[in-house]
Amino acid sequence: MATLKELSMREDLLCGGHRACAGCAAPIAIRQALMAVDPESSDVVVGCATGCLEVTTTIYPYTAWRVPFIHSAFENSAATVSGVETAYRALKKKGKIDRDIKFMAFGGDGGTYDIGLQSLSGAMERGHNMLYICYDNQAYMNTGIQRSSATPKGASTTTSPAGSAIPAGKKQIRKDLTQIMVAHGIPYAAQASPSNWRDFTRKVEKALEVDGPAFINVLSPCRLGWRYAPEETIELARLAVNTCAWPLYEVENGVVKINYKPKDKLPVAEWLKKQGRFRHLFKPGNEALLEEIQEDIDRNWNKLLALEAMG
Amino acid sequence: MSAAEKGWKDVPKGGLILDAGNAMEYETGDWRTYKPVWDEEKCIHCMICWVFCPDSSIKVEDGKMVGIDYKHCKGCGICSFECPRKAIEMVLETEENGEAGACE
Amino acid sequence: MSRRVAITGNEAAAEAMRQINPDVVAAYPITPATEIVQIFADFVANGDVDTEFVAVESEHSAMSATIGASAAGARAMTATASQGLALMWEMLYIAAGLRLPIVAPIVNRALSAPINIHCDHSDTMGARDSGWIQIYSEDAQEAYDNIIQAVRIAEHPDIKLPCMVTMDGFIVSHGMGNAELLDDDVVQKFIGEYKPEHYLLDVDNPITVGALDFSDWYFEHRRQLADAHTRVKDVVLQIAKEFKEISGREYKLFDAYRLDDAEVAIVVINSAAGTAKTVVDQLREKGLKVGLLKIRLFRPFPYEEISEALAGVKAVAVLDRADSLSLMGGPLYIDLRAAMYDAPGPRVKMVNYIYGLGGRDINMEQIAGVYDDLFEIAKTGEIKQAVTYLGVRE
Repeated sequence: MATLKELSMREDLLCGGHRACAGCAAPIAIRQALMAVDPESSDVVVGCATGCLEVTTTIYPYTAWRVPFIHSAFENSAATVSGVETAYRALKKKGKIDRDIKFMAFGGDGGTYDIGLQSLSGAMERGHNMLYICYDNQAYMNTGIQRSSATPKGASTTTSPAGSAIPAGKKQIRKDLTQIMVAHGIPYAAQASPSNWRDFTRKVEKALEVDGPAFINVLSPCRLGWRYAPEETIELARLAVNTCAWPLYEVENGVVKINYKPKDKLPVAEWLKKQGRFRHLFKPGNEALLEEIQEDIDRNWNKLLALEAMG
Repeated sequence: MSAAEKGWKDVPKGGLILDAGNAMEYETGDWRTYKPVWDEEKCIHCMICWVFCPDSSIKVEDGKMVGIDYKHCKGCGICSFECPRKAIEMVLETEENGEAGACE
Repeated sequence: MSRRVAITGNEAAAEAMRQINPDVVAAYPITPATEIVQIFADFVANGDVDTEFVAVESEHSAMSATIGASAAGARAMTATASQGLALMWEMLYIAAGLRLPIVAPIVNRALSAPINIHCDHSDTMGARDSGWIQIYSEDAQEAYDNIIQAVRIAEHPDIKLPCMVTMDGFIVSHGMGNAELLDDDVVQKFIGEYKPEHYLLDVDNPITVGALDFSDWYFEHRRQLADAHTRVKDVVLQIAKEFKEISGREYKLFDAYRLDDAEVAIVVINSAAGTAKTVVDQLREKGLKVGLLKIRLFRPFPYEEISEALAGVKAVAVLDRADSLSLMGGPLYIDLRAAMYDAPGPRVKMVNYIYGLGGRDINMEQIAGVYDDLFEIAKTGEIKQAVTYLGVRE
């Protein structure tokens, strides 16, 4: 794997001038994903669902993409890219293309966990040689912070606000999409964070080497939706990892490997208290909810440890 | 003819953008309130600021940091926050010290 | 050597697709179009085509994957009907907006609710504003011929628009008829190679497809779309001319059947035209001056040519196999009335018969009855009822 210095010598395939919020993690994650592509050996074509990443990087007549890029609709990034990948196989077979091209489909949690779940599932099930990266900012951020099935329990969003009658914010637990992808039996599925750039870029490299479908769920803190100061974006990703709210692991051909086990597993409150979307949890009367959230995190973490032990 | 003056006959069909990476022409530097000031002496060229910049605004050459792209830097402060040597300081941008319009 | 076969509409469509041998087909089953996909899957499995076939998990994904493949630089096709077309509705607009030359056979089937698997035109009529070229086919022969021509029309450098070719569900898709099929190499030579100007897999020239337009650009890009449609008519005729040279069969924008000296005429789409032509012949035997106009190109709507063809007629009945629920009749009637509004000469009396919804049969007696009505209107100058629901139980 290339060192950071070596990676820095590769051309930035996502350039500046896009309109993402200051401190947005999505372009950080996408830059890291793209820097994992070795320009000496491969080209990459990307597709993206409607959402923050897509609208901020392709405002006509400008594009921040230095690679071929397609956006068609909200729920079908996976289906669209599966079509591109199929065209590649067809044209390569006919000798019309001789380059090695990798295919990446991006989607936010909205366009992946919810409305895009079907098309992602279909593409993964069919075995297309592509990598789907979900940049998970845990709500429909582009339309103004509405809850998605990726929103963690207790988060206040505009469609699950913490109110006087319903003080909890979102009541449901976060859907475990990474495990759903694992259940598809794809060769490679992983969870990553832009804070752990080395782990993430290594995972992207690995995923691209896989002959078949791969999925990476990368945490993408949103300063407006999560409500924190923009300079803390990476720190918040780091805290999510260190509290095990966002475990870093990979599943290769069904075998689970946890890539990072925090030496000092922090209580999830350390992550929650830095975000305005969880502020109501620290009001008196919500202690039980905080406990519940910690229990959910621990249960999930222990389950993951057990899965890893199973081999 | 500026982009705003072009008509429907002057541009590619179907909204295609043929000039990859032309977002560089769009300067987001004026979004800033605070600007990062880089202390070259303290810098160890670890590239951490580069790998964490959302706006590809840390300028690097041959594995070394050479400066900041003030035309696109939005002043988010991640580089300063993450720098292991505190070699980047966020400073309130004023007319006196302002980078708006200027670029190395 | 072309061969004459007994064939169903779906088989003919699948055969056309086999001979086109597209790079990619992404499709999903739905009655009554399923067979097209099934037969094609057989071709793939037996190595009769080089196509990469994607058995997608929904029609929305079918069009999405087809769009991806087409934008990537491949010749890509799909096929569907009714609810499937409805499910991919947003993607139809996107395919047209992105100017992708996708060709899709659509088997006309009624839209739910109630759910009905039989023929009417509500599905493709519902897509008439999508920006797709729409070519309607009376029988298996026309479906076959139109699909092949559609590839050239859609990919024409002055056009670059997706094109749907329709046929009536069950009546034509499953009904056995005669057709003359061209040779594989004749079709291959006719359609030529697909050479897109800009495509995703051209990695040395990266493009961005599907950018966001604010209000400063959307209008311009959509204006381009309208502009492309102004050139479709000429290209359709030009391709038809070339097609005649390889097949001997003549196609135009529409089919004018014994219309020249007709006093009254029926305008109709797809298979009912076949029934109607028989009625026209019978009535002509009796000395009655009746005629027929069968629509082929519906979108864009060749209003000038059609209104010219109907100019001398005293009364016209438009048969619609779909309703627009506007109180003004079916979609073809509405378009035709608009087309005739500014036609020179005495005003042609026009009435609408909505028939055949959900596969309700229409027979020769009913069509003859329509001509009777028309003669009455022509004589008295009076329209008692502009819109009639023909064949429904009151």
